[in-house]
Amino acid sequence: MAEVATRIAYGLELARIGDSYPDIVVLDADISKSTNTFHFTKKFPQRSFNFGIAEQNMTAAAAGLATMGKIPLVNTYAVFASMRACEQVRTFICYPNLNVKIVVSHGGLAVGSDGPTHQGTEDLGVMRCMPNLTIVSPADGPATRKLLPQIIEHVGPVYFRLGRNPTPIVYDHSEEFTLGKAKLVREGKDVTLVSTGIMVSECLKAVEMLAQRSISVRLIDIHTIKPIDRDAIVAAAEETGAIVTAEDHNIIGGLGSAVTEVVCETKPVPVERIGLRDVFGESGEPMALFDKYSMSARYIAEAAQRAISRKENLR
Amino acid sequence: MEVELQIADLEQIALQIRRDILKMIYAAGTGHPGASLSAVEIVTALYFREMRIDPANPCMPERDRFILSKGHACPVMYAALARRGYYPVDTIMTLRKINCPLQGHPDMKKTCGVDMTAGSLGNGLSIGVGMALGARLNDWDSRIYVLMGDGELQEGLIWEAAMSAAHFKLSNLVGIVDWNGLQLDGRIEDVMNLNPLSAKWQDFGWHVQEIDGHSLPQILSAFERAKEVTDRPSVILAHTVKGKGVSFMENQVDWHGKTPSFDEMKRAMLELGEDWNG
Repeated sequence: MAEVATRIAYGLELARIGDSYPDIVVLDADISKSTNTFHFTKKFPQRSFNFGIAEQNMTAAAAGLATMGKIPLVNTYAVFASMRACEQVRTFICYPNLNVKIVVSHGGLAVGSDGPTHQGTEDLGVMRCMPNLTIVSPADGPATRKLLPQIIEHVGPVYFRLGRNPTPIVYDHSEEFTLGKAKLVREGKDVTLVSTGIMVSECLKAVEMLAQRSISVRLIDIHTIKPIDRDAIVAAAEETGAIVTAEDHNIIGGLGSAVTEVVCETKPVPVERIGLRDVFGESGEPMALFDKYSMSARYIAEAAQRAISRKENLR
Repeated sequence: MEVELQIADLEQIALQIRRDILKMIYAAGTGHPGASLSAVEIVTALYFREMRIDPANPCMPERDRFILSKGHACPVMYAALARRGYYPVDTIMTLRKINCPLQGHPDMKKTCGVDMTAGSLGNGLSIGVGMALGARLNDWDSRIYVLMGDGELQEGLIWEAAMSAAHFKLSNLVGIVDWNGLQLDGRIEDVMNLNPLSAKWQDFGWHVQEIDGHSLPQILSAFERAKEVTDRPSVILAHTVKGKGVSFMENQVDWHGKTPSFDEMKRAMLELGEDWNG
């Protein structure tokens, strides 16, 4: 599979469409080379502000800019946006429901070698508690490019979670996405894998492994984690009777929690969750980390078989 | 305002706002009288003379903005907005009540005329930086006023904001420090000393003025001088008295967040020229 980091896809696309959105203002905190907003800032210097290493100030200033009719894009890493600037996001962006886009790189364990200080593995849990906030986590470069204009056009705060390292391409460039609507990646009947971000590509590998064992797997990509597509999850529960969630995040608070909440409230079926099991990660190559922390494709496939067994035991 | 109000008129309005503050806090049974009373002249000068605003068109894009960074002092802003005609004066008696617009701390989506939600200390100046950048990008000549408490200057974010405002040369941004010297746990210099405060702002690249924050002429002329500064932001360090106008509340840290009893209320209102009987 070809690969591209979603942060790179974002940076290039943002600069490309910058002319179409004259109200966009890009805010950085000294890591524009890493978040890839430097493409935009080079092209549109008048609409770019570097706040230095001061994420709280940048985030609160974004709230002020939004009240003046601008569409600020705050750019930093997941750990800093969700924790260092958490209160600014909550009290001054989400509470007044201001039109600020929080774009983060370095979501998840897939950050790799920088280690836990830079691996955003709790951010979805933190952000999911925020009323008014839409949370989007694209699976690959094409999804990032297609979803970016939608988050800009959506009126209200958005948290857009991207990744540091190259992510396998899942989607053809012609694929279309709708904010808030789960994307059906593979149709199947025995179990549903529900995933988001880089883990969608791991799930695709798991689908192939399971196919060899004659297990028919549905795979849905929850690119919009909040508001979550309840209909797609209920349909998966009703039609396949077993669910595995897979996310590059703590299993507490993120996609696994969100899906489980919907399943428990609507159509209880066995659910297995793949993700960090309430621990911090460590430095290492992303794929080696996914193996060590039981998140790679073979663990997803094993979880699928467990979920199917539990389903059958219920009968 | 069609006719520019004179100092004597503004002083009368300030007196009225002081009475309103006490009445609304008494009715609510909760609130922050000390911090509200210390900012009365500053807020009066802004809403009744300085700011380009229109109560009939509260969302006018090119208006001036006011951020009450010390959000717990919102009774003073709520009273000023009411007296300026943003909503009926009796609305203030619903302060902090359920299903009512006047939240315990300012909410820009619930209260007409409030430019920014506030209450968590130390954030207002950063938001002002964003507004000042936005005004500049839009080519509006709006001026952005941020009223800070002295205690909240202990928050690190204030100084991130101060650094960035000077860096971006935001001459349309005016900070005002309600320098009453007290915070919840005691005297500022005992809890966490801020001095030398003027030098701090100067070193951060701001134009600094020090004034008597209860003198309307000094406040108004400080706003005028700030307009002459075109290459950096301005801060006005306003020496004030917490609880100003009510003798037994003045400089008393206990009156930070206390509600007067009936008898205290009667005495306070008498000092403010009203024979109040509940």
